[in-house]
Amino acid sequence: MRVQTFGKGVALAALLAATAATVPAFAQDSLYIANNSYRTGPFAGSGIPIGDGMRDYMTMLNERDGGIGGVKINFEECETGYDTKKSIECYEQGKAKGMILYSPWSTGATLAAIPRAHVDKIPILSMAYGLSASADGNTFPWVFIPPVTYWDGASVMVKYMASREGGLDKLKGKTLGLIHLDAPFGKEPIPVLESLAKKYGFTVKLYPVGAADMQNQSAVWLNIRRDRVDYLYNQGWGAMNPTAVKEAVRNNFPMDKLVGVWWAGGDDDARAGGPQAKGYRSLNLQMAGTDFPVIKDIQKYVVEKGKSLSPKDKVGENLYNRGVLNSVLIAEAIANAQKISGKKIPTTEDVRKGMETINLTEARLKALGLEGFTIPMKVSCSDHSGHTKVYVAEWDGAKWIKSSDWLEPIRDEVRPLIEESAKDYAEKNAWPKRTEACASSS
Amino acid sequence: MSDVSLKSELAAFRMTPGLWTIAGVAGFALLLVIGSLTGAIGKDTFAYRVFIDPFAQMVEMPDLFAQTLWEGLVGGVLYALIALGFVLIFKASGVFNFAQGIMVVFAALTLVGAYEKLGTIGIRGEAAAFIALGVALAVMLALAYAVERVVLRPLVNQPDIILFMATFGLTYLLIGLGEAIFGGNPKVMIADQLYLPRGAIDLNILGGRVTIQKLDIAAAVIASAMIAILALFFQYTRIGRALRAVADSHKAALSVGISLNQIWIIVWFAAGVVELVTGIMWGARSDVSFGLQTIALKALPVLILGGFTSIPGAIVGGLIIGVGEKIGEFYWGPLVGGAIESWLAYIIALIFLLFRPQGLFGDKIIERI
Repeated sequence: MRVQTFGKGVALAALLAATAATVPAFAQDSLYIANNSYRTGPFAGSGIPIGDGMRDYMTMLNERDGGIGGVKINFEECETGYDTKKSIECYEQGKAKGMILYSPWSTGATLAAIPRAHVDKIPILSMAYGLSASADGNTFPWVFIPPVTYWDGASVMVKYMASREGGLDKLKGKTLGLIHLDAPFGKEPIPVLESLAKKYGFTVKLYPVGAADMQNQSAVWLNIRRDRVDYLYNQGWGAMNPTAVKEAVRNNFPMDKLVGVWWAGGDDDARAGGPQAKGYRSLNLQMAGTDFPVIKDIQKYVVEKGKSLSPKDKVGENLYNRGVLNSVLIAEAIANAQKISGKKIPTTEDVRKGMETINLTEARLKALGLEGFTIPMKVSCSDHSGHTKVYVAEWDGAKWIKSSDWLEPIRDEVRPLIEESAKDYAEKNAWPKRTEACASSS
Repeated sequence: MSDVSLKSELAAFRMTPGLWTIAGVAGFALLLVIGSLTGAIGKDTFAYRVFIDPFAQMVEMPDLFAQTLWEGLVGGVLYALIALGFVLIFKASGVFNFAQGIMVVFAALTLVGAYEKLGTIGIRGEAAAFIALGVALAVMLALAYAVERVVLRPLVNQPDIILFMATFGLTYLLIGLGEAIFGGNPKVMIADQLYLPRGAIDLNILGGRVTIQKLDIAAAVIASAMIAILALFFQYTRIGRALRAVADSHKAALSVGISLNQIWIIVWFAAGVVELVTGIMWGARSDVSFGLQTIALKALPVLILGGFTSIPGAIVGGLIIGVGEKIGEFYWGPLVGGAIESWLAYIIALIFLLFRPQGLFGDKIIERI
């Protein structure tokens, strides 16, 4: 008995020692970036490809270029399971370890991190998700939401509907449904859709889907059928998307009138609907596929060497490439920060400036191996989004292809709403005035 | 019937609380109908939208009403099936099996995962699907055996709450194990390979179109058959009698020579089969991912309604909840902005509980103090 107890004790001690050994060294000899991930839980279907894309681009930079500006990147994932409570723990951990940038990877997590980050002075990159109002850099100096906000997306949806119907004046009497996850993320587009509906005379109908009923949507789709919805915008995530696509097939909803937000454009989301899901649309920020120098480099330096977590055939899928785009923005901000500050390892304030001076021109995109992968995007001191154009992608039964031009968001509508909403946020939360000076890129 | 006996019956007639409720509801309904017919309740009033409009819609659009009922019935049969898994284990082990949801996911993932593995060694199509089905059944049997050996046996005679907590542990173990083996990616259910039909039958009836998915018909038929087989098995066989003995008292069952361990394995395996079928059906309706866990919790209101120990309760409760929540979501959901399905099931269950605290078919428990 005593021997057994002793044995257990030794095993426990060994385990503790092993854990201690794996805790990364504290010394600031690398660029520490904290990134939330959800490779587990009901949202893993969307979280895994994105996480793989982000991680692989960072690994590729480390392998090919030795990091950014010669400094290795320490890219650390913190598993949240899409749970906002857990994301706060992840934020605090990242802060303690000296993160220079935080990727919350959920709108709920972003909302929770925004007040903290303004006190702790840590830049947040919520790429095309999060609080739309945070595009107002004068109010939210520490939050960045390039290249678009959900409100831009909603306005593009209306524009797309108009282009299909033959003009904005033809929208009168039409019905646009919004099927959305009943969570902060899902509700984001509502104000813009309602404001545009008033302006152009169409009707907006809301179809919330509770997180517990993501895979049990039949009643919601009966409502969609009763209301004779003309177009349906899907602000869904995780297990909700494949189910929505399947229900659309089941209910004979015309697939070419079901348009997902860019996050509802996963390959697995569309694939679930089988051959009948052909024609499902999704807004998109970048191209899918592997025919880009940047993806080729990832394949060469990461995937072929067995350093990727992604299955080989999933490299280049839509959400994987989305993850790559997110990492590109982070790397660009850090490179800018190094240039501005002259430091190898920039501070959080430097990275904030780096973010504010992101200017991915055609030439710069080409230099990064991103020619044709996406379009130029620019962030400025007051505009933390850029309200960049997006396009509509179409599922051809096997992959996502481009099916529209790059469409400009209705900026005249969205921007005033953003500024108004930012003002409202500042008033309600006793928000401090911005004191950070605007950065210049040289 | 003579005058005298009628009088005595009338004299013996007492208004019970139940009858008062029925009378109250009927009176209220009558008032509403009169109000709406005479125009006292206008079309824009709240009362009209809550109490009149949904019923008017049911009459005006009978095709959609029929469709809603059908969706509710299919959902209900599937809920009944999940609830049955809970009831079986509750009867045998006296514990609410919190791991039921993840076991649904685990069973379905094993099926799809085994099919994928067979594909890599060149076995594909229907043959592979049925081998995978066999593998999944074997894994569920092994799981039942392991649960009995590792969880139940050492905890025998412990308070129920300890066993309940143990099923939490089992849940997290299976989540971790499932993610480690199969990864968190959603998978497509191999419905075609298992000869599950696809496509739909459009019925042009009731002045409109009622679409009935062939898959849903299959789900309803298979689930009903499973429920019937299990109910008969546990009603009429030796093992069924033994199960009922165990449900009454572990100690008494042991004293007459019933092997607790054997019963536990059989029951957990039966629950495993139920979970596999549930996983296949829900998986085919959406996809196979860890999100399916939450579907199993849909059985909770069913159990509250039907009673934890009753197989007929699980069936009737499942149907009431399935139909009730679909009708509620469809006709009343839009009034409050939708997504009421998640909690409506509990409200329905609670309303029933007001009148039958032990559930529809549950055993009345009288504990004297």
